Amino acid sequence: MTDINAYSRRVFIRQGALLASFAATLPHFIQQSAFGMLAPDGSTLGSRPGVPDERIMVVVQLSGGNDGLNSVIPYGQPEYHNARPGIGIGEPGKPKNGGAALQLDQANGIGLHPNLTGFKELHDAGSLCVVAGVGYPNPNRSHFASMDIWQSGRPEGKGTGWLGRYVDASCNGNPSADMAVAVGRTAPLAMTGAKSTPIAFESADLFRWLGADKNGAMDKEYQAMVRAGSLPGVEPGSQESFLMRTALDAQLTSDRIRAAVSKKPLVAYPGSALAKQLQTVAAMIRDGMKTRVYYVSMGGFDTHANQPGGHANLMRQLGDAILAFQKDLAAQGNDGRVMTMCFSEFGRRVRQNASNGTDHGTAGPMFLIGAGVQPGLQGKYPSLTDLDGGDLKFTTDFRGVYQEVLGKWMKADTQSVLGGEYAVPGLVRA
Amino acid sequence: MHAMATSPPIATDLRPLDTGIQPFDAAAARHLLSRAGFGGTPTQIDVLATQGIDRSVALLVNFESQPEKSVSPDDFDRNVMPPLTREEREQLNAARRARDESAVERLERKENQAKASDRRQLIDLKKWWIARMIETARPLEEKMTLFWHGHFATGARTIEDSWHMFQQNQLFRTYATGNFGMLVLNVIRDPAMIKYLDNDKSRKGRPNENLARELLELFILGEGSGYTEEDIKAGARALTGYTFEDDEFEFRDGNHDRGAKTIFGKAGNWNGDEFARLALAKAECSEFIAAKLYRFFVNDTPAADISAEQREARESFIKALASELRAQQYEIKPVLTKLFSSAHFYHLSNRAATIKSPAQLIVQTVRQYGTPPRQLSALAGACDLMGQDLFQPPNVKGWDGGRTWINTSTLFVRQNVAIYLLTGKRPDVYDWENDETRFNPEPLLAGATTPGAMVDRLISVSLAAPPHPERRAALVSFLESQAQARATEHSRAVAVIALITALPEYQLA
Repeated sequence: MTDINAYSRRVFIRQGALLASFAATLPHFIQQSAFGMLAPDGSTLGSRPGVPDERIMVVVQLSGGNDGLNSVIPYGQPEYHNARPGIGIGEPGKPKNGGAALQLDQANGIGLHPNLTGFKELHDAGSLCVVAGVGYPNPNRSHFASMDIWQSGRPEGKGTGWLGRYVDASCNGNPSADMAVAVGRTAPLAMTGAKSTPIAFESADLFRWLGADKNGAMDKEYQAMVRAGSLPGVEPGSQESFLMRTALDAQLTSDRIRAAVSKKPLVAYPGSALAKQLQTVAAMIRDGMKTRVYYVSMGGFDTHANQPGGHANLMRQLGDAILAFQKDLAAQGNDGRVMTMCFSEFGRRVRQNASNGTDHGTAGPMFLIGAGVQPGLQGKYPSLTDLDGGDLKFTTDFRGVYQEVLGKWMKADTQSVLGGEYAVPGLVRA
Repeated sequence: MHAMATSPPIATDLRPLDTGIQPFDAAAARHLLSRAGFGGTPTQIDVLATQGIDRSVALLVNFESQPEKSVSPDDFDRNVMPPLTREEREQLNAARRARDESAVERLERKENQAKASDRRQLIDLKKWWIARMIETARPLEEKMTLFWHGHFATGARTIEDSWHMFQQNQLFRTYATGNFGMLVLNVIRDPAMIKYLDNDKSRKGRPNENLARELLELFILGEGSGYTEEDIKAGARALTGYTFEDDEFEFRDGNHDRGAKTIFGKAGNWNGDEFARLALAKAECSEFIAAKLYRFFVNDTPAADISAEQREARESFIKALASELRAQQYEIKPVLTKLFSSAHFYHLSNRAATIKSPAQLIVQTVRQYGTPPRQLSALAGACDLMGQDLFQPPNVKGWDGGRTWINTSTLFVRQNVAIYLLTGKRPDVYDWENDETRFNPEPLLAGATTPGAMVDRLISVSLAAPPHPERRAALVSFLESQAQARATEHSRAVAVIALITALPEYQLA
């Protein structure tokens, strides 16, 4: 058999002897679990029997530049209504252009978009923190460039992602492969570290080999081949060994995730794409996956024209999806472990444009949701009279919000991730 | 096991393959086709094996003898991103000052429409390049174009002008195996690169260091290798005035710093070209480029994961390659000829030792099996999903390559893109079009009639090294069981090819 001779010759040349290493047959994350996942100290909040204490964060990216002024509405200021005659939302009880704001901060005349009823309910329950006026110096109005700045956590928008650096540094520099999961088409820059990349998939049902869909008999062969992990004579450290181990990892991860999401959720979710993504995240949390950071996203916020109807739909989808997610977490007993953060790459101009829409602007609100937040409106709402070329001046640096969530919630060393100290109002309680 | 006695030790220099010791057989021909190109059909492999190593290497490296798929400047729209006229710019500024929102919007709309056209043209450009890689009779030309794109990484998002990306791609093609020094001198005149690294904002008195830094750190010498921060500062001054107007390089004398500068300890009124030439003259340059070529063409296994003997051989081979680069005054073609003719390149420890890039995976699967190319936009999207968004490397460092291509997510995409090429089956999540064109595996399997012969044929074309015997046995018994289950010949053949492309070993070139 020439095959066998050729094979063994190559193997011998590589390693000098035929040996089968037991370690080589173990998938990476089983090995790594031996290092253990460090539980954050002092994290007793919401601790229940049978529920692990490790804290989790979920990032919700609102792509396209969410109109902050119509999400968190300064209805008490005439400048708001003057600048937005065709799209400005009315004060509570006085509907205008599609609705009346929901009360958030009566003293300062600030409310929520009428369709953010989900957020209103969370706010009234003390689980919503609205951070006003978040941005960064020298704002960039390009979607991509500004998104890169937010995702890298760096003003130049280059290099690794802020969550990737967090994952890199976790578990004493030995992060497990499933530390970070992105439900989406590609791995976001935010989660890409120097060492780590997240698991990324758009739909769990498609996070698998699709070859057997055409011919069921292939599945058995495929499973046997990719689950081998290694074969006798494959040298640990070789390219073959690396690929065989990763293939086994991928298969086990796929099994786990697909089993987790196949369970019926404990609450009903709305039908939006964001709701589906959050439902998948909740299922993974319920399954007890070791993942500490999840990432989901929702598009459509680039409302240049005829904004009112479209933006109202987005607000409905956002608030309702996150409310369902929180209820699911509560039903699981995991609501004390999870904090959700919503951001967008920029807000929009104060003044509406001639197409009844808004153009790219600067600062905008962020939303933090969970049992650990400092509830209510936090930070300083930007002035509508002291503008920078028609744009809001930011009052809170976004890296300060990252610092709060990473430091106080995830108990991480923020200096190594953010490379600086940022002043922030209290956003996280413990 | 006796075969070991005849296996040669790893050559540590550029000595050519001694075919008396190690024949240039079909496996060696496949190795050459896969590394110097994008693989080939069984027939192409046989042709190379028959005509011998020298003619085979010449065929691939001296590709000018092969017909060129001509590039017409009309393929793309040069004026996709027309700059605002002076008049429009003034109008826009005036409208902004006057808070005339409707005028601002009208003027910005023109720009936004141009940006939308530009994004469309960028997708066309990706499709065009993938088609070119699939169809070319000069695979090394495209492969080196891809190499230089990763080396002089420039991202389309920052450039916002797909014509400039096209121009840059053509530059890399023109110098694919040309003179590296000449390529560098053209790169510092390239509008896309000038924009990407902010040299258009660099002028006398306030130089921008970006281009000078990356020239030394990433393009010519390698990080921390043979230069100081002072050299970067002086280099940045030397490069002032190197900018572009519309689509062409422009040297603006008034912005250029003519003052005295000291670069690598040498004083002079250096300009940007002289700065680049001084860097090119350093030995570190040849070692840096040699190591990068080695990792791309020979072996990208991390040094920590190979034996001491292999490590020593690798290091001295790279030194030999570097000295050849200097001897050839950075002409790439003769250096690649020596590399692809060397005993070291063909050594069994360097087979199946590089991980296919996403582009390589796609193009090689199409070329070696003769699958329909399916939807090119889907292939461009798949490349992105696998971590190689063409014209948009992750950063100025380019793609790290090797094992960084592989993780649990990209591995499934790699397996599924092969399924797409073989069957046309659409993985819905990726928005790929369903494609009903039938892949015909008959030519691939001509003459192989038994399950054993079919598997052997497929393994020899698909895998960079003989797989473990268990793999072969499993594939043969799968084919036998399929025959018993009365699957059609076509579906059996496609199924077994699909299984081979799902093997972890399939990811190796």
